[in-house]
Amino acid sequence: MSVQLEPRPPSLTVGPAPRRRTPSHNLTRTSGIGLGLTMTWFSLLVLIPLAAVVATAAAGGPDGFGRPVTNEQTAAAIRITVLAAFSVTLVNVVMGTMIAWVLVRDRFPGKALLELVIDVPFALPTIVAGLVLLSLYGNDSPLGLELANTGWSIYLAFLFVTLPFVVRMVQPVLEELDQEVEEAAASLGASRLTTFRRIVLPALAPAIAAGAALSFARAVGEYGSLVLLSGNLPFESEVTSVRILSAIENDNRATAAAIATLLLVISLLVIVVLDVVQRRVARRG
Amino acid sequence: MAERTRPAPGPTTYVLRVLVITYLVLLVIWPVSLVVTNTFANGDEALRSILEDPDLVDALRLTAVAAVVATAINTVFGVTVSLLLVRTVFPGKRILSALMDLPLSVSPIVVGLALVLVYGGRNGWFGPTLEGAGLQVIFSTPGIIMATAFVSLPLVIREVVPVLQELGDEQEQAARSLGASGRQTFWRITLPSIKWAVVYGVVLTLARSLGEFGAVKVVSGNVLGETRTATLAVEEKYLNFDQEGAYAIAFLLASVSVLAIVVVSLLRSREAHR
Repeated sequence: MSVQLEPRPPSLTVGPAPRRRTPSHNLTRTSGIGLGLTMTWFSLLVLIPLAAVVATAAAGGPDGFGRPVTNEQTAAAIRITVLAAFSVTLVNVVMGTMIAWVLVRDRFPGKALLELVIDVPFALPTIVAGLVLLSLYGNDSPLGLELANTGWSIYLAFLFVTLPFVVRMVQPVLEELDQEVEEAAASLGASRLTTFRRIVLPALAPAIAAGAALSFARAVGEYGSLVLLSGNLPFESEVTSVRILSAIENDNRATAAAIATLLLVISLLVIVVLDVVQRRVARRG
Repeated sequence: MAERTRPAPGPTTYVLRVLVITYLVLLVIWPVSLVVTNTFANGDEALRSILEDPDLVDALRLTAVAAVVATAINTVFGVTVSLLLVRTVFPGKRILSALMDLPLSVSPIVVGLALVLVYGGRNGWFGPTLEGAGLQVIFSTPGIIMATAFVSLPLVIREVVPVLQELGDEQEQAARSLGASGRQTFWRITLPSIKWAVVYGVVLTLARSLGEFGAVKVVSGNVLGETRTATLAVEEKYLNFDQEGAYAIAFLLASVSVLAIVVVSLLRSREAHR
């Protein structure tokens, strides 16, 4: 799923002679108009609204940003969300890499089905995801695991909606990886664990990091899958986005914007991580 | 590449295989199949009663309209932006390409809040002006379309950009040197070669758009028969103890999105075999 927006490997973009200035753009008239139109739409849809969130939060002064965190219930919600998102991301790093490994290297009947299953959480509407999890982990759970309306429901929902991210980042890298290097390591006496740790893992690390970043961002902002599942009990199963929504519903925009700004900062950090990681991968390739 | 004869799988392989299958069964396969069985617990009665309820038919129609319009906008936008990002050079391009991923990592509730702050009719930045001109955005269909377009914005770009990069621009340059205009080059050379990437992007965008919940909930106001989408109806049915109805709508939505994945993976494997 990774996007590499580098037009070509840097080795091909031969630097200009020191004196000659590179033109700052090569837009034709049509592509200039295209750029103008798409930027206008992107600004109206994404940039201006997100700026409005930050501006509304900033209008409350420096106290404005602090206020949500001093509210005990909101602080608890943020703590719960970040802790759950972090733990789930760790699980995804391990499970996601394992799933990718099985999908690429193992071979057994029904593997194609697993391949489909990975994408289901991404395509399923979030509210339906909540309902789906309720059917197995809600009241009268066939497994006897009644996790609905407890703190654990958050972990469950996060695990479900973030399942594809690490898998889909790692899988293509693993497919490209040359198995001969591993075989050479093994023939030189390296154990399977050493081979994995010294040869495979370093190659997969950027993809794992990118997947982990996406999965953390998705979990921190998750809302839909929790609506029916978590019961939104304050100090127990209430997450950050639910706090934002209740601030909006009470027409308390400054508070809503302040909490939202906190989430936006996390989203921006994730974008930076993705950008850095993808550039490093592109450079190596 | 020729198939290499592999060494017999060791015990680790089996342990991993069992672990992964168990995890996926518990997290995805079993719960999803329960939704199917719950929907058809009383035969097709639940599904039929959904399709006979005029309010729900309205909700399904609104969901379909919002998703189709948002997908159309994102397709045109996505193809244009991908071409600009891959084929042209302009200042600020790197920041722009990074920002394009932003909608994927922003919370749906934040998306809704952001749109309300700018387009809200009472005290949004542009809202009162637009409403003065007769265009209500928030608590109305345009707002639902914008929220839907926001959350599914990067999906076409993510499919098209890598294909464009791999393609290179030699064919386009050849066409141009033979006298083709920019438009002819796009329709005859570029578009046919990125056709499948665009199709994948469209299918994914459509699936994501049909299912948007959080952002739509904030901007819609949930007016029965007017701004209630199918996903909002699932929540309402469930909270009103109409579990059967909730499962039936959920089943409809889930089948569309699962169908979308199946289509994409079939197209993909067909192309890979070529």
